[in-house]
Amino acid sequence: MMCPMPVIRTQDKVAELQVGDTLEVTCTDPGALNDIPAWCRINGHKVVSSEEDKGEVIITVMVGEK
Amino acid sequence: MAPPFHSVKIKMQATQRKAVALISGGLDSLLAAKAVMEQGVHVEGINFYTGFCVEGHTHAIRKKDKAKPKRNNALWVAEQLGIKLHIVDVIEEYKDIVINPSHGYGQHMNPCLDCKGFMVKKAHQWIAENNFDFIVTGEVIGQRPMSQRKETMPVIAKESGAGDLLVRPLCAQHLPPTLPEQEGWLDRDKLFDFSGRTRKPQMALAEQYGFEDYAQPAGGCCFLTDAQYSKKIADLWTSRGERRYELDDIMLLKVGRHIRPKKHFKLIIGREEGENNFLSGYRKMLSSIKTVSHAGPLTLIDGEVTEEDIELAAQIAARYSQGRTADKVEVEFTDKHGVSKLLNVTPMPVSQLDEAWQI
Repeated sequence: MMCPMPVIRTQDKVAELQVGDTLEVTCTDPGALNDIPAWCRINGHKVVSSEEDKGEVIITVMVGEK
Repeated sequence: MAPPFHSVKIKMQATQRKAVALISGGLDSLLAAKAVMEQGVHVEGINFYTGFCVEGHTHAIRKKDKAKPKRNNALWVAEQLGIKLHIVDVIEEYKDIVINPSHGYGQHMNPCLDCKGFMVKKAHQWIAENNFDFIVTGEVIGQRPMSQRKETMPVIAKESGAGDLLVRPLCAQHLPPTLPEQEGWLDRDKLFDFSGRTRKPQMALAEQYGFEDYAQPAGGCCFLTDAQYSKKIADLWTSRGERRYELDDIMLLKVGRHIRPKKHFKLIIGREEGENNFLSGYRKMLSSIKTVSHAGPLTLIDGEVTEEDIELAAQIAARYSQGRTADKVEVEFTDKHGVSKLLNVTPMPVSQLDEAWQI
């Protein structure tokens, strides 16, 4: 799955969650390391952690005010 | 007795109007959104993902493009503007635009006029669902030969259903006043009169707004405007005998060397490590060939193949390996179920590699 699909999936999932909930996103697109934090910054959410290991990207997002 | 008179003071406060701006990630939509924000309008961005977008990450597949930014430009633009961005997956709906464009194609397989109408229509639906007031685009009269002409501007407004809720701030003064201008939500005099293919006014405005870094203008943000890519789509449809595609089809068209030695199958050969890595993600969907005795690219086989076809595919794959001049090259063929077998083949000489096979 390539850019921007990981962002779209994250966006759609976050829409279903409540403020303060956390979401763990796992994908293979290294671009997500830039894009998901950027999407969080402009939409008021927080990246709790992000890491890349063996071609897999794992980003944890805390849902902010929508 | 007359009721007592009550004096009520009402402070009239204008409601802040809300607009959604189509954000492609390029300069024009950045400036158009900014121009409206400058007038006190609350702006949020919307970006439609069709599957054909040329993104930084597509460049990131290939090593030669490593120097290009790997950012998503639409997100980056939204961050520069300090606005929210809604990215909408329109892959399925967009197929009809590509396959049956009512206004036809541009120079290649680009259905630009239908595309713009589709996106404005989607934005129009979005503002109705989200209680926004109008739509902003970065269109400039005369900038694009198909979709951005004076004659096509009203076509987009009409066919999308947006009508006078569609504002093009960069060329607004060349167009009839829209509802936001008529109602005073926007001051028409503070909008612009850009036209034509020159980019100088946009660059000057970017400087005025303090934007120093932006995606290179007029660089094309859609693979459908690319001649080679369009040729590959046409080949896909011809070989299938019908005009249809899935997302994986159009992703694979962005990568590798495409060779069709027979109508019923084609080879997709990685041109470098980045492409090989990308193609390896499709090994459970398509058969593949990897050279064993010599270093070489990963080759995917799109189509159902016979034993004879596998032999031919292996010879071609070997031709693109380090063993191209060897008498024999050992290759491993793996079907999409993961069942492998080894073959020893003679690499195909360049003279036998028919130019007509190259897509």
